[in-house]
Amino acid sequence: MEQIPVKPIKRKTTLKDVWKGRSGYLFILPHFALFAIFFLVPVGWGMYLSMFKYNVFSQTFVWFDNYKRILSDWLFLKSLKNTFIYTFGVVPLWLGKALLVTVLIYPFRKSIQTFFKAAFYLPHVTSTVIVSMIWLWVFNPNFGLLNYFMSLLGLEPVVWLGRSLTAMPSLIMMQVIMGGGSTIVLLSAAMASIPEYYFEAATLEGASSWVIFRKITLPLLKPTILYSLVMGTIANFQTFSNIYIMTSGGPEFSTTTVAYLIYETAFKNYNLGLASAMSMVMFAILVVLGIIQFKWLGSNVEY
Amino acid sequence: MKAKTKTNIKKIISLVILAVLASLAFIPLYWMVATAFTQPSLTMKFPPDIIPKNPTLQNFKDLFERKIIFRWTLNSFIVAGTVTLAQIFVCAMAGYALAKKKFPGSKVIFSIYIASMMIPTQVTLVPLYILISKMGMVDTYQALILPAIAAPFGVFLMRQFMVSVPTEIIEAARIDGASEFKTFAKIIVPISKPAMAVLGIFTFMGQWNSFLWPLIVTNTSEMRTLQAGLSLLQEQVPMQYSYLMASATYSAIPMIIVFLAFQKYFLKGITVGAIK
Repeated sequence: MEQIPVKPIKRKTTLKDVWKGRSGYLFILPHFALFAIFFLVPVGWGMYLSMFKYNVFSQTFVWFDNYKRILSDWLFLKSLKNTFIYTFGVVPLWLGKALLVTVLIYPFRKSIQTFFKAAFYLPHVTSTVIVSMIWLWVFNPNFGLLNYFMSLLGLEPVVWLGRSLTAMPSLIMMQVIMGGGSTIVLLSAAMASIPEYYFEAATLEGASSWVIFRKITLPLLKPTILYSLVMGTIANFQTFSNIYIMTSGGPEFSTTTVAYLIYETAFKNYNLGLASAMSMVMFAILVVLGIIQFKWLGSNVEY
Repeated sequence: MKAKTKTNIKKIISLVILAVLASLAFIPLYWMVATAFTQPSLTMKFPPDIIPKNPTLQNFKDLFERKIIFRWTLNSFIVAGTVTLAQIFVCAMAGYALAKKKFPGSKVIFSIYIASMMIPTQVTLVPLYILISKMGMVDTYQALILPAIAAPFGVFLMRQFMVSVPTEIIEAARIDGASEFKTFAKIIVPISKPAMAVLGIFTFMGQWNSFLWPLIVTNTSEMRTLQAGLSLLQEQVPMQYSYLMASATYSAIPMIIVFLAFQKYFLKGITVGAIK
């Protein structure tokens, strides 16, 4: 009988317990084997790799040199800054949009609610590659739809992606407009589980919509908001496809995100050790951000 | 009477705001389809035609003349289809073990799965690429498929669903003498169909839309998936917007059909795991 080498945590666990649980190991084995080879091993290997000078010419162990190098590299620091700007531009606006839509659709019939949920989710079904291709066309400075709308408003055309000042805000705007659909679905589901008489009682007491939102809706949605915040941060921190398709990190590195820089470092410049170190720093930042978000919102998401 | 008018006004304002927000996202999608039917020469003009004049199928004809696009489509179907079926199968088994089987280490394994879901793709990207190239699998279907089956989310999702399956049913089947696997196949699988549908749909969508990994692990144009192929088109003919929008429309359609057909599962499925 094959067994996965799992370290027992309780001292009392005996070989007999392991034998008794054999069907459990068998059921988990097909996935866990793949998971170990193609996920756990790469994670560990990545940590090891981050301490190597690993390129076409050499594979030498250099301790923490890669980390020292990237933490004093202006481009890596700039990419971190860009990623922070992007993430903290997108995620709060997503949440705001999702909260607004959730509260607005709540009083309506089920069918209308479903219609809007589907409408907001639809762009999410379309891949980032496709959305990026569309927006590249929408942002086109000469013939693009957006500058056409600007001209209707009597405004001057803007070189949206061609200037370092406007490129990042343009990408954020696109992501906010197209995204947030799954957060809306999540929040609506959470809101539907709030007993209706909470709202009725508050209305009878004469509470205004804003007070109801602040004192009832928001606190009760907190776990879901936290979940969306953490997941949204993780997802947007890794933003890559739109950068690859739309700006290649430019102009003047103003849209170079960490994920894009890792891709360039590893697969264009073949500096695999350096890229691994970058990904480890990125991971560490995400862990810290996650902890801060949990602390800040105080309540725990139940698994 | 006055209060009623007030709620009605409120509802109308709500509807207007909702419609504006929804159309902001819808307009670019409309623009993709509209441009796809616009004559190539008419895209380079200002102001643009919001409704294409003399709509044409020329862009799609040009697209389908490039036979490689069918190969990319086939690749996408092969990869997304295989990963979806395999994930449903192995994740259901693993989820069942974690939810209903008692064995030493199960809690640790579950914690590892949860922690893994927080790890960004970039962490495994480089070592995984080296691993795949050492295994000699670069530019193969295996390279596109195997790491995707190993993704941890499905196990978490199935486990969350199966925890709520009453243990008595399983015990009753065992007492009746059903084997372990038979219990799984005859009791657990039928009960878990909704969760499997959700997992299947999300896996298919994730794989169909996946870009970074196919971009890295394929060298030849023949092995690209649709998304990675599209980026190639974008690089080759960056200014031919009507042609690019036709290719984007063509690639978006399968997922939009899947979404409209399984809308219920999409909207329900997002909440699994996040909300009790």
